[in-house]
Amino acid sequence: MSENQRTIEIEVLRYHPEKDKVPYQQVFQVPFTDDMSVLQGVQYIKDYLDGSLSFRWSCRMAICGSCGMMINGEPSLSCETFLRDYYPARVRVEALAHFPIERDLVINMEGFIEKLESIQPYIIPKEKRTLEQGEYLQTPEQLNAYEQFSSCINCMLCYAACPQFGLNPEFIGPGAMALLHRYNVDSRDGGKAERMELVASEEGVFHCTAVGYCSEVCPKHVDPANAVNQNKTNAAADYFLRFLAPKGGAK
Amino acid sequence: MESFKADVVIVGGGGAGLRAAIAVAESDPTLKIALVSKVYPMRSHTVAAEGGSAGVKLPTDSLEYHFNDTVGGGDWLCEQDVVEYFVAHCNEELTQLEHWGCPWSRTPDGHVNVRAFGGMKIERTWFAADKTGFHMLHTLFQTSIKYPSIKRFDEHFCVDLVVANGRVQGVVAIEIGSGEFTFVEGRSVVIATGGAGRVFRENTNGGVVTGDGMALAYRHGVPLRDMEFVQYHPTCMPGTGLLFTEACRGEGGFLVNKDGYRYLQDYGLGPAEPSPRNKAMELGPRDRLSQAFWYEQQKGRTIEGQHGSVVHLDLRHLGEAKLRERLPQIYELAEQFLGVDPARAPIPVRPAVHYTMGGIMVDGLCASPLPGLYAAGECSSVGIHGANRLGSNSLSELCVFGKVAGVEAARFAKAVAPGDSASLLKQAQVVEQRVLGLKLKTGGNERIATLRKEMAQTMEDGCGIYRLAETMQKTCDKLDELKERFKQVNVEDKSSVWNTEWLLAIELEYQLDVAQSMAYSALNRRESRGAHQRLDGFEKRDDENFLQHSQAHYVAGGAPRIDYGPVKITKSKPGTRAYGAAGEKAEQERKASNV
Repeated sequence: MSENQRTIEIEVLRYHPEKDKVPYQQVFQVPFTDDMSVLQGVQYIKDYLDGSLSFRWSCRMAICGSCGMMINGEPSLSCETFLRDYYPARVRVEALAHFPIERDLVINMEGFIEKLESIQPYIIPKEKRTLEQGEYLQTPEQLNAYEQFSSCINCMLCYAACPQFGLNPEFIGPGAMALLHRYNVDSRDGGKAERMELVASEEGVFHCTAVGYCSEVCPKHVDPANAVNQNKTNAAADYFLRFLAPKGGAK
Repeated sequence: MESFKADVVIVGGGGAGLRAAIAVAESDPTLKIALVSKVYPMRSHTVAAEGGSAGVKLPTDSLEYHFNDTVGGGDWLCEQDVVEYFVAHCNEELTQLEHWGCPWSRTPDGHVNVRAFGGMKIERTWFAADKTGFHMLHTLFQTSIKYPSIKRFDEHFCVDLVVANGRVQGVVAIEIGSGEFTFVEGRSVVIATGGAGRVFRENTNGGVVTGDGMALAYRHGVPLRDMEFVQYHPTCMPGTGLLFTEACRGEGGFLVNKDGYRYLQDYGLGPAEPSPRNKAMELGPRDRLSQAFWYEQQKGRTIEGQHGSVVHLDLRHLGEAKLRERLPQIYELAEQFLGVDPARAPIPVRPAVHYTMGGIMVDGLCASPLPGLYAAGECSSVGIHGANRLGSNSLSELCVFGKVAGVEAARFAKAVAPGDSASLLKQAQVVEQRVLGLKLKTGGNERIATLRKEMAQTMEDGCGIYRLAETMQKTCDKLDELKERFKQVNVEDKSSVWNTEWLLAIELEYQLDVAQSMAYSALNRRESRGAHQRLDGFEKRDDENFLQHSQAHYVAGGAPRIDYGPVKITKSKPGTRAYGAAGEKAEQERKASNV
């Protein structure tokens, strides 16, 4: 390992609410090898240079969604972003944009969790079925209609990328919208009408200005922009149909 | 100190904890549930499970086959009555997940599809591409939101159980965001905190997998059972240990050595056929495959890499389209982390620690010997894995026994009288002072990371794929030393908000206790069985002396006391554990002798 070892500068945004009025930058010299991720870089800092640096991480393989950070200004999962791609320049690591910082690289994600909880992210069965009746039939095509939107790992990179969310933290945002869409288009689900009320409300899809950066930064190809925009069409149709049908038009 | 009064407290928000919470909520909506997790539930390590979840599905399959595969795969160290319950309830639980929205992969006519997995006679592994654990966890988490009686304590780190009048009556947790303590009172407690793979150096586990719940129960006198059985998964990324699912081989992948030779045929797993037959070659069980790697390495037939010896996982013949459909995550991991396009080049792999077969001793109803304390999932030893777990049995275990634990904990909570809250709170305050003491003391000179690394290295050295008394003894001695040095640990950070250095110190103390239970249990087991293989005169299975569960008992300030308990044998007498052509022959002989 040692023959390939070099040293990179990692500039970390530090903030400790018990001590600091405002966040500040701190630079660390970190030895690294070509296979080391930015996460491994900040872990090195914590283990050997400054035990007080705080950040979230767990799986190391881009599936638990914990380790999102701004890396050189781009929302990224630090576990699958590699130091070699920045060397010999300095790499800058900050907490995800648009969220309140709790400490160092840790953001407050309560608002996101509340949004996730608000969209009824579970199957509201179109038709009841007992366990004895076995599984619902769902063809690969029907699975395909929502599978991509079910791949969201809740990493919130899309929120850090979304200019509308930056302006208005109440905006439901791309991730929760993709999840809402995931359930709406699941062939087993019959809860779309209930969920669409949220979509058409103040915090709903019309805030989206179709920048599309959310989909660009999504590490799981969920394409939340697509979900948001499909729901714009749905919500608009719903808005007009409610003048014609007594209970709204969404099905 | 804050306090919250629940009826049932669940520690751990992964698959088992969430399933338990839902089971409590469904069994009685008036029961108040506290779900305490050190991470937001969807970050739990269930998320990283890839290949699938076992449940008899095909008409050619049977519960008896699943039972036999599991018991034989566990080298007969399984509780057979519990395995029987398990296999009978897998399908129902996986169907329940389907009803809750889990995006299981489908056959063209819309039924749930199943794939082949190691050590399984018939295809019975339900899968959601190669992100099965992720989808199961998110399905359970999102479904749990439906139940208003589940009160989540996200990012609350459990530091102790509160035991009074001979039963558990709550837990003490730190709110990570503020550093404040909360006493969560409950008339029963379910531990569902996952495994302890991070005590080893090279492992597939997430940072959260530090054996917390095992250590908590252990320190309160609950034995940790069969802790010497630690699973090495044969196909992991060199250096990081990240997992390449067994489904790679279930879909037809090969394992080859430096000569391009499918070496497993040399280790009683052959014959080598163009696509792996169930229970043969690449579809053998994990312990055997990791052991074969070790021998290949001894013979100099592995490939030397930057992070040690490797063999090749060759998926090229499956073609890019199938790989993208069935193994999309594996494809991306290989590309992004290794720069390997698996449709065009083989993936370098080596074994890494993956799973803790043992755990908190519980009976078939998930009840531990401490009244009111239940456990489910990887942290528990309910008895289905024996000496070696079969791939895809653990995800089903989360559901089957998560539910059992929830139902039983609810029943217990309703049957006992509420505790004396004021006196319980006092006990919790004593815990608070002790845990704060670890952070606030000064003058320590030991670095957390140094102790952690020495622990992980000595576990790998002494308790790896093959074991010797001499090195196991060294590991035991080293752990004793590390526990002594831990008393001098230095937590530089004295602050309250998100003080992860303090949490790492607490986790390290948990890990040292769990590591000790593993190493001493291993040293004491003078035979070879499943994942516990010795090369020092105890190369054979010894049913006469060791067809028994080891039980490690915590001894404050000393080495654990190891004793043994009986194994429940109902219908499968211990036999020869064989795979490949030899396995088929053995099975025919068993059948013939039973007629």
